[in-house]
Amino acid sequence: MARDYPKQKTRSEVSRRVLQRAAGLAEGLEGLAMRPVKLWRTKGFPYRAPSIPRGVDVPAKKSTLGADFDTDFARGPGSRFVRRLLVAGPVNGMVRFLARPKVEGVDRLSDLANNDAIGGVIFAPNHHSHLDTPLMVTAVPKPWRDRLVVAAAADYFFDKRIKGTIAAIALNAIPIDRETTSRKSSDELRRLLARDWSLVIYPEGGRSPDGWGQEFKAGAAYLSAKTGAPVVPVFIDGTGAIFGKGMKRPKRGHTRVVFGAPLWPEEDENTRRYSERIERAVTLLGDESTSDFWTARRRAASGASTPLTGPDYTGWRRQWALYEHRKTGAAGQRRRQKRRWPDLG
Amino acid sequence: MPRPGFVLEVDRSTPPILFWRGENFSLEKLPADRSRIIYAPEPHKVIDDIDGAIRHSLLNPIDMDPLPTLLFPGMKLTIAFDDISLPLPKMTRPDIRQRIIEAVLDMAAEAGVDDVHIIAALALHRRMTEDELRHQLGDRIYDAFAPRGMLYQHDAEDPDNLVLLGETPHGEEVEINKRAAESDLLVYVNINLVAMDGGWKSTATGLASYRSLRHHHNTHTMQNSRSFMDAHKSELHKSNWRMGEVMRKHGPKIFQIETTVNNDTFPKPFDFLAKREWEWNGRDRAKFVAAKAGLNRTPARMARNIFHGIEAPHNMTSIQCGEVEAVHKVTTENVWKQQLVEVQGQTDILTMGIPFICPYNVNSIMNPILVMCTGLGYFFNLYRGKPLVREGGVVIMTHPTTNEFHPVHHPSYIDFFEQVLTETTVPHELEARFEKRFAEDDWYRHLYRTSYAYHGVHPFYMWYWGSHGLQHCGKVIIVGGDAPTVRRLGFTPASTLNDALEIASDVVGRSPTITHLHTPPIMVADVK
Repeated sequence: MARDYPKQKTRSEVSRRVLQRAAGLAEGLEGLAMRPVKLWRTKGFPYRAPSIPRGVDVPAKKSTLGADFDTDFARGPGSRFVRRLLVAGPVNGMVRFLARPKVEGVDRLSDLANNDAIGGVIFAPNHHSHLDTPLMVTAVPKPWRDRLVVAAAADYFFDKRIKGTIAAIALNAIPIDRETTSRKSSDELRRLLARDWSLVIYPEGGRSPDGWGQEFKAGAAYLSAKTGAPVVPVFIDGTGAIFGKGMKRPKRGHTRVVFGAPLWPEEDENTRRYSERIERAVTLLGDESTSDFWTARRRAASGASTPLTGPDYTGWRRQWALYEHRKTGAAGQRRRQKRRWPDLG
Repeated sequence: MPRPGFVLEVDRSTPPILFWRGENFSLEKLPADRSRIIYAPEPHKVIDDIDGAIRHSLLNPIDMDPLPTLLFPGMKLTIAFDDISLPLPKMTRPDIRQRIIEAVLDMAAEAGVDDVHIIAALALHRRMTEDELRHQLGDRIYDAFAPRGMLYQHDAEDPDNLVLLGETPHGEEVEINKRAAESDLLVYVNINLVAMDGGWKSTATGLASYRSLRHHHNTHTMQNSRSFMDAHKSELHKSNWRMGEVMRKHGPKIFQIETTVNNDTFPKPFDFLAKREWEWNGRDRAKFVAAKAGLNRTPARMARNIFHGIEAPHNMTSIQCGEVEAVHKVTTENVWKQQLVEVQGQTDILTMGIPFICPYNVNSIMNPILVMCTGLGYFFNLYRGKPLVREGGVVIMTHPTTNEFHPVHHPSYIDFFEQVLTETTVPHELEARFEKRFAEDDWYRHLYRTSYAYHGVHPFYMWYWGSHGLQHCGKVIIVGGDAPTVRRLGFTPASTLNDALEIASDVVGRSPTITHLHTPPIMVADVK
């Protein structure tokens, strides 16, 4: 006689029931959470913002975002302590993991480090990636690292309060207007340099759009001329290939940071010429990092250095040249491929 | 304002004084009322803008045109530089040589000079390792020049790369590096740690062959130099200067760059070693006690690594360039400014603590022959005018003087110690009987040229350095040295300083005057 066994529940049935119960629970929770919101929505002024009568001009609120973002709190002792922990820990770990940096040319700064009369220093690197700033705050040598301010695009990093606060605390970023010449930004930077804070400023004004550099703007030269602070040209190589503009996620690679000899404004040199000199110095460092000290100098003397801005032509040839150029730099260093086939002798 | 040098008359209130003992040190009490201690002047201030000073000097040389005007496309430019024996201890990076050579290369590149060679002026010293060269010249120069064979070390035994420029009226052959001799311009980069360095000695010694060197590195010149620190009274220098005349007539155009450094010898943890003992604060005393206790328990090899790892904070106090003799005159004045200490009269007993380093054991072992050379060759000669110790007086050194040699760096020293010193310790006798055999030995020559060994004849030269001291002193005592080794050197061993003073009384009587040379830091006694 056949026995009547209880019907076995299949696995799909079980999971369907669990999901149904979870959905019911979530609906209940949402109902609970929305109740005060709905209640609040039924209330008008003074629980909500007043409506503006027609024909009345409301005075514009003073903006506290963008170039007006106040970052003074980030230079207080508490923020400095937090920043020091962040830079030494997670920022440094992230940079080492992603970028494996090789720092060169620090010996060129030994006179600056030994000269007590020199306070703030302006570091002027080329700019390819958001990774450049974490790289710089970990690569800048010790006398200046603890009092380092980074000039960051006001429209990008300080457009939201939370973003600006994080940038200010973690990197000691200070907003700088890229589009217009802002007296407020420059006054603030001059004030900080005078108080022996050092500055990282990207004279290109923003990240490279195509992997080649951009012409230098005169910000660094202007500040140096006005304050007497030396400009240290810096060449950063390899960050564009790791997390360049337009990349959705970073790709691990190698980077190199080369510090150059400090520059001061010369007599009767205008800001534009000084800025060109800074650009030439960074170009020379770039050439040095892909060739060697002597070759780079000979090329520079004969005007044969590869410019930071790349070749004049456009389109695919420019990208092609970039690919070839990167092969000679830090980005060209790839981990040796594992042997795919056994070695049969 | 740095304080000048100082001579302390020891009385009963004087604290015990620091004596170096190789890779260790001790505090010793000197007899009151008849002892004195000579302290070096405090370090002079270094130049704030060193790169700026270098550039200014290259553009404003003495008795020569500015460097850029001497450079032209298609020329042969050779840059020679002093080797690892200078300065002592090695300086923190960046080394002065790197900064100067980079500045010279900047100008050469601007002038379109392609053919540049950089040569380490080794003379008969050992070749330097890659790390040592990188420390001196920096990675930028090394990476640019060494892989292409444009940075290399002078080989005093390479017949194909030496050229005979001529002979002096005294019959001294002048044979130097061929590339340097055939260059349109030879730039020599010098660090003048003491007044003995630089001048024509740079090229005539640093870039010369054994055939040429033997004319001024011999017992005659060494015994007739009063002292090596005073070029006008040094036979060694006179011979070099005669060779310089030959080079001036038949050699390349030379652009001499000379620099002086201050005597800031020890970095932070060891800075108490250069202080005057009564100025030691609590921290200094604690550091001394801790260092002494630690070193007493540290194996010799580890202690050696610790001390040779020291990078001195000394740095450039002056730079001058241009015509060799004019430049050297200014340099010597600048060296004197830092190092000269006026001392009244000679002494019966000169005491000296021999430290862990001399020019010939950088990253190596201070073997017994180098102990003799450091004591009687270098420290004894740290005088101008008259020797610190009277003729027939006693020199007391403190050093462990173990029978230990670096087999790679000093192979011929081992044989010198075993085969030569067992026969004789008289300089002119061992010169006549043994020098030629060691100098022409194929195995030593091979090691000098291809390994990291000093030339076969080098231990002889070390012995000659001390020959003036040997000739001058009535007795030499080494405190704390290994007795059989000390006796092999022809000296007297003693266990303690008091024993040594007791032994010395046989020569200088019961209450001799004693002078202690508190060095390092380096100083030169101007004995009146």
